[in-house]
Amino acid sequence: MRDVAVIGVGMTKFGERWDKQLRDLFVEAANEALKDANIGRDEVQALFVGNFSAGSFVGQEHVAPLLADYLSLKSKPAFRIESACASSGMAFNLACMAIASGIYDIVMVGGVEKMTDVSVPEITSVHAKAMDVEWESFFGLTLPAAFALIARRHMIQYGTKPEQLAMVSVKNHRNAAKNPLAQFQFEVTIERVLASPIVSDPLHVLDCSPITDGAAAVILCSADIAKKYADTPIYVLGFGVASDSIALHDRSDITTLGAVVKASRQAYKMAGIEPKNIDVAELHDNFTITEIISYEDLGFCEKGKGGLMIQEGETEIGGRIPVNTSGGLKARGNPIGATGVAQVVEIVQQLRGEAGKRQVSGAEVGMTQNIGGSGSTCVVHIFGRQRR
Amino acid sequence: MMPKSPRIWQLAERRYRLLGSKCTVCGKTSVGPRSVCPICNSEKIETIQLPSTGTIYSYTVVHALPAEKSGYGPYIMAIVELEDGTKLTAEIVDCEPEDVKIGMPVELAFRLIGQESEHGIIYYGYKFRPIISRT
Repeated sequence: MRDVAVIGVGMTKFGERWDKQLRDLFVEAANEALKDANIGRDEVQALFVGNFSAGSFVGQEHVAPLLADYLSLKSKPAFRIESACASSGMAFNLACMAIASGIYDIVMVGGVEKMTDVSVPEITSVHAKAMDVEWESFFGLTLPAAFALIARRHMIQYGTKPEQLAMVSVKNHRNAAKNPLAQFQFEVTIERVLASPIVSDPLHVLDCSPITDGAAAVILCSADIAKKYADTPIYVLGFGVASDSIALHDRSDITTLGAVVKASRQAYKMAGIEPKNIDVAELHDNFTITEIISYEDLGFCEKGKGGLMIQEGETEIGGRIPVNTSGGLKARGNPIGATGVAQVVEIVQQLRGEAGKRQVSGAEVGMTQNIGGSGSTCVVHIFGRQRR
Repeated sequence: MMPKSPRIWQLAERRYRLLGSKCTVCGKTSVGPRSVCPICNSEKIETIQLPSTGTIYSYTVVHALPAEKSGYGPYIMAIVELEDGTKLTAEIVDCEPEDVKIGMPVELAFRLIGQESEHGIIYYGYKFRPIISRT
């Protein structure tokens, strides 16, 4: 199996992009990634694109050839991958495997979502399709409600407090304020999070990632040729993917995301590292509770101690393991299909030392963790400045 | 909107009468129909009557409503653990949001779930309500 490297990254400004269509957003991010990698579009052999629900959000399906067409990839193979919020994390994984296998030498991986063309209640309904439509959503469960059920159990079992959930939002907003591409470049306080309207109790609006338009893209190549294109290629050291029951009620303990545990253990093993070796991580904070549970399930802290970990500032920039330096899904924004690759963009910039005011000094090893639905999909990648 | 009638018809009996699936090898039960046991991989699955009472395992009050529930909420959603250990997701009715608690005993209630459009198909199914002590 061949090693894989990232040689170019690109991302649009995330937010309410009423000025751009789905295809425009993607082409903007993709062109930037090509420029960053200093390669021509003719050198890209295939496109892997993550998209959750263009059919529901903008009425367009079959988006892979559409995007390849507008990017002028000239009849190259184009794949669309759907795994809810983990769509482009999964696209990235398939692209890694395609290069590792020797089938392709250079590919583009991207993700895009255009969400603001439909109303908020409709978006809530589309999100709910990422769960079990027949046995959860049909009865009125929404995605925030599923994570609220998880949060309530976590509070009962481990004593996690609403203030600790709010601290995740405070930290991620603070980081986003230093990210020129983030949707929310402003800070919030614990009091403001707790005073914001309830979405599904105990989760407030400021515990939830927003509705976002945006796209992100990266160029991958075989590690053996990476130095031809980039001064500082960032290497994929390991990855893991796992699934779990589609319905939350089919899991024996909903305070643990089993797919996160399994995917991360595979990734650590493949990379030959332990959680303590991670210098910077982009985790799936679709809701504040998810980041806290992820600390635990990724092995960053003991089970049940996630609330304490945020409280003690261990995941701040400058802390033991800085998490979501980009602002995360919460404040950088969560254009569903683009989120997984946006995480990769941040980690690559961190490991290159190009993250500006949010740079983690001396970052050598980074992680991305992307979750779909209520935890039914998890994909983890580990990156390094040095080849393994 | 996609036509939903055949799908609704197929699942009606399970939703109306709370029928479930049980693996005859390992005993694992689930609310939806399955052909393969998710625990022991057996294909020997029978349809059973699930118990109509249980307790609340976790709950939330939904304030941000999906389009299908426009004008309906806030409403309580819960994971209910039935007496035989089977867990399912259901709305809790006949209960004020401030009164719902983890561990609260609840019982089956057959109710209207929703309607596709003003003149569209009406969906029925299970919800749960608190068991009122009659002593």
